[in-house]
Amino acid sequence: MSDLILIAIGSALVSNVVLSQFLGLCPFLGVSKKVETAAGMGTAVIFVITLSSFVCSVIYKYILTPLDITYLQTIVFILLIAALVQFVEMFLKKYMPPLYESLGVYLPLITTNCAVLGVALTNVQKSYGILESVVNGFATAFGFTISIIILAGIREKMEYNDIPAPFKGMPIVLVTAGLMAIAFCGFSGLL
Amino acid sequence: MNSGKERLINGIVKENPTFVLMLGMCPTLAVTTSAMNGLGMGLTTTVVLALSNVFIAILRNIIPDKVRIPAFIVIIASFVTMLELLLEGFMPSLYDALGIYIPLIVVNCIILGRAEAYASKNPAIPSFFDGLGMGLGFSFALTCIGAVRELLGAGDVFGFHLMPTADHPWMIGGNEVAFFTPASIFVLAPGAFFVLACLVAIQNKIKMDGEKKGKDMSKIGSGCSDDCLNCGETGCSGRKFYDPEGSDGPVGKASGNSEDKKKISEDKQDGKSESQNENTEAKQGEIEETKETKKEEGKDE
Repeated sequence: MSDLILIAIGSALVSNVVLSQFLGLCPFLGVSKKVETAAGMGTAVIFVITLSSFVCSVIYKYILTPLDITYLQTIVFILLIAALVQFVEMFLKKYMPPLYESLGVYLPLITTNCAVLGVALTNVQKSYGILESVVNGFATAFGFTISIIILAGIREKMEYNDIPAPFKGMPIVLVTAGLMAIAFCGFSGLL
Repeated sequence: MNSGKERLINGIVKENPTFVLMLGMCPTLAVTTSAMNGLGMGLTTTVVLALSNVFIAILRNIIPDKVRIPAFIVIIASFVTMLELLLEGFMPSLYDALGIYIPLIVVNCIILGRAEAYASKNPAIPSFFDGLGMGLGFSFALTCIGAVRELLGAGDVFGFHLMPTADHPWMIGGNEVAFFTPASIFVLAPGAFFVLACLVAIQNKIKMDGEKKGKDMSKIGSGCSDDCLNCGETGCSGRKFYDPEGSDGPVGKASGNSEDKKKISEDKQDGKSESQNENTEAKQGEIEETKETKKEEGKDE
């Protein structure tokens, strides 16, 4: 149990997926204009990453390892993730329209998120079991959600600030992200 | 016109994927802790890019249009896997340094972007040079960023001690000179964000100055600074596997509504040329517009 908690804290805060591993930067910078959309994106990411780390680790353990074709992991994982996102989208559309309404727009964007593939590969690299993979996936996505919501909050406040012209737009957001990364460095003493 | 040399120069200078098009930012930030790592990552990506471009160009008439994105991904992923195994076998130190970012080359938008924008429409040989040029441009950019970060963060470049730090002082007239204190934050994660922020700011400055003089600067990308949800940029188009309007089946975004897309990019450029300096507010409105047009056209279909 304590192992799982350690994994969770480690991947949510200490080695935060965006701020220290640089995975999933595109949505982090692209969908963080408003807190509302950032929260929507975060929820969708939590949903997809948790599910995909479960599916990927099951496939890895029960299909790739017995057949001794673990070297195909990258190809298999990327196709699995793409198919999974598509499937989740269809499923939500049909059976849970309200959830689809709130998450639907974010789902196609998530396939493009390297964090999903990154988590699946980290799970394999650290030889996590299925339960550990799911916990790691959830925690990583949770860390992503925390940081994207914080960034969106700061960006909303920054909207009317006086920023030097060349720094408007993307550069100031990157500086903000850098300052957040310094703050998250503080967690590294935690474990 | 499509000679190899022209494609090479195009990739390295005119459409440099990092400095001009602002593509593939995740590996750019993650692996540039030193010039050597940057160069290693860049060259690995170059090999994948050139080979996958050739393969896709050869198969471009065989792959059905509707499933082309998944097919491209399988081709790219195969090359990445091969390269990963080769690196593991022959260059274990680089393999350890790059770690998880090697398999993640698969999701690098430069590769899929080039496959979609160039290799799927051109014969094999120009495609090869296009991939090579883009890859070398990417390597050049990563090496530069890595060198800057290494110099500021550790006082070295490629492991050579260039700055007079306390460990490696300069000897001037018998005195030890060590005025440089490495700011290790530049090697850590936050430094990557700061260096990239300055880079984009410089690029914005160049773009603004150019537009003031009336030059055409529309080629210089603004990075993924806009809302991904409403993004009309063609650069990373391939990364959207499915039609965001939610039509059935794996329809590549670019093929499904290419006309729509052209229109959006035109709209965008119009918006840009009208208001370069207050681009934040202008973009906001423009994005709303593009969203509306997108929705309308989706309905029409």
